[in-house]
Amino acid sequence: MRASGRFDEAGWPRALAGRVLRDPRARVGLIVLLAVALCAIFAPLLAPYDPAAQLDIARLQSQPPSLAHPMGTDPFSRDVLSRLLYGTRISLVIGLGAVALSLSFGIVVGATAGLAGGWVDAVLMRLVDAALSVPRILVLILVVSLWDSVGIVPLTLLLAGTGWFAVSRLVRAETLAIRDREFVVAARALGSTPLRLMVRHVLPNVLAPALVSATLGIANVILLEAGLSYLGIGVRPPAASWGTIIQDGAERVSELWWLTLFPGLAIIVTVFACNALGDALRDAFDPRQLPRDTTDATFATEA
Amino acid sequence: MRRFLAGRLLQAVIVVFLVTTVTFVLIHLAPGDPIAVALDRPGVTEAIRDRMRVEYGLDRPIGEQYVRWLGNVATGELGYSFSFRRPVRDVIAEALPRTILLAGLAFVFSFALGTIVGLVQADRPNGRRDRWLGRALLLMFSMPDFWLALIVLVLFAYRLPLLPPSGIVDPVMYDYLSASGRFIDRLRHLVLPVGTLTLLTTAAISRQQRSALLEVLPSDWMRTALAKGLSYRAALRRHAFRNALLPTITLAGLTLPGLAAGSLFIEKVFSWPGMGLITANAIGSRDYPLLTAGVLIISIAVAMGTLVADVAAAAADPRIRVS
Repeated sequence: MRASGRFDEAGWPRALAGRVLRDPRARVGLIVLLAVALCAIFAPLLAPYDPAAQLDIARLQSQPPSLAHPMGTDPFSRDVLSRLLYGTRISLVIGLGAVALSLSFGIVVGATAGLAGGWVDAVLMRLVDAALSVPRILVLILVVSLWDSVGIVPLTLLLAGTGWFAVSRLVRAETLAIRDREFVVAARALGSTPLRLMVRHVLPNVLAPALVSATLGIANVILLEAGLSYLGIGVRPPAASWGTIIQDGAERVSELWWLTLFPGLAIIVTVFACNALGDALRDAFDPRQLPRDTTDATFATEA
Repeated sequence: MRRFLAGRLLQAVIVVFLVTTVTFVLIHLAPGDPIAVALDRPGVTEAIRDRMRVEYGLDRPIGEQYVRWLGNVATGELGYSFSFRRPVRDVIAEALPRTILLAGLAFVFSFALGTIVGLVQADRPNGRRDRWLGRALLLMFSMPDFWLALIVLVLFAYRLPLLPPSGIVDPVMYDYLSASGRFIDRLRHLVLPVGTLTLLTTAAISRQQRSALLEVLPSDWMRTALAKGLSYRAALRRHAFRNALLPTITLAGLTLPGLAAGSLFIEKVFSWPGMGLITANAIGSRDYPLLTAGVLIISIAVAMGTLVADVAAAAADPRIRVS
């Protein structure tokens, strides 16, 4: 998007949307994500039971899928389908919240580093590089287990706090690329403040790669949350996230396969949709024009 | 090259220092008292706990504790594991080689497999085979590591009892086996964890390999190779592939964090007693010395691996050294 100047034209969002929607991956991804979002919004209407209710309190037992419980019940005799539907809310809220926060933070840090240059840039990027080389899940494990268990909001903040490194690298690269272009130099000469430079000139230019990274980031956060829940340190019970349901049955996975299979499929479908949409967006924005960091960065965040 | 090496070494030092410091800060910010947690038994009086605090230096000022912590990490003095009732260093010394074996095998296999898949895909970009492989890989890429491991475990260890579900050797039979029998027993225990981790890592690698290949395709030398009469396939193998190998080395370094995270879950599911399993189990048993040491050692190992990959990439490609 550097040289084309298509962001200067007023109609670019529509042109871009048209190009994205021509890609079947984007269409599939969007439809699936829309369906998942509807499940989350209408969970109380769709769920046949109360997700926390222990239905057969006399015999606390896990039952295989049946007509009454299409996805079976868990060892506490709770309906898995209802828990799964409510779990959609947790996964989406955490995913969207964490990514929105980390994206904003990454843009601020990246643009600051790129515009400031000099030692500010050097120090920030050294730290970001260091942070990128540490497996993200390890930091999460350490923090969450030291604090015992955490609620949804702290967990979202934590995921955001460990997720902005790749974005900031990306934004810095893009900022550096346009910093010395004539329109930026001219804006600066006319007395634009750094804040104005950032909002008017840097932001529109980093929007596309940031959008790609956000889509892939949501997928990543959903996987991380599931992983933490599987290790027993995800969202605090009785809230049911997809990972928590799997964890409830993981000890006896061979007998209670339905506790692993269905939430796992829910995770895969959602994450796959995000990834497919992200890939389609990246191709629509023309991979050759993206800074090299994009591919590396999306790869690095996956830990 | 020397300049590059120095910069890269500095980077690794920063990582290790940062991780060590952040770990220290987190431990001290966390609520709860490590001594109270470790000695939460009837009969342990407050006087005993106080003596323990003095013994572990927990009554000293924070700055002094920090300096001592850095020194301890540097000398490998990582504390005492409450759940193993052994020094953390000994527990880790036993577990680390097992993880290196598991992750190392998966690393080699997934690179071989990922490169082949990438080549097959680039053979006819956006052809039918490329598209279907791409979808399959994306699906693999979207699976939670532990979920695939659980499914593999149920299918190939329980429903079809082909391979052992857990551990590194058979707990009963191993002592009675011949040398070759022992070797085969070890191999059989490796198949499921290594296979699962390989599949998961391959998905990430082949995606990168494909795009690395596609990136060099529009080069001038590629056009020359085709113009002089080489078939597309020959040009792909002889010219494009070699050029796409350079980013592969960098990619090897980038794979390491994912590999470490993956082996954590794989080890947990298959009860493979390496770094991942002891770290994951330390969460449940609240064995904080072991947990922090596990996180620390894995992070440092990943940083070292990345350093090696970066230096190798610079040795192979002069362009990296300059920029």
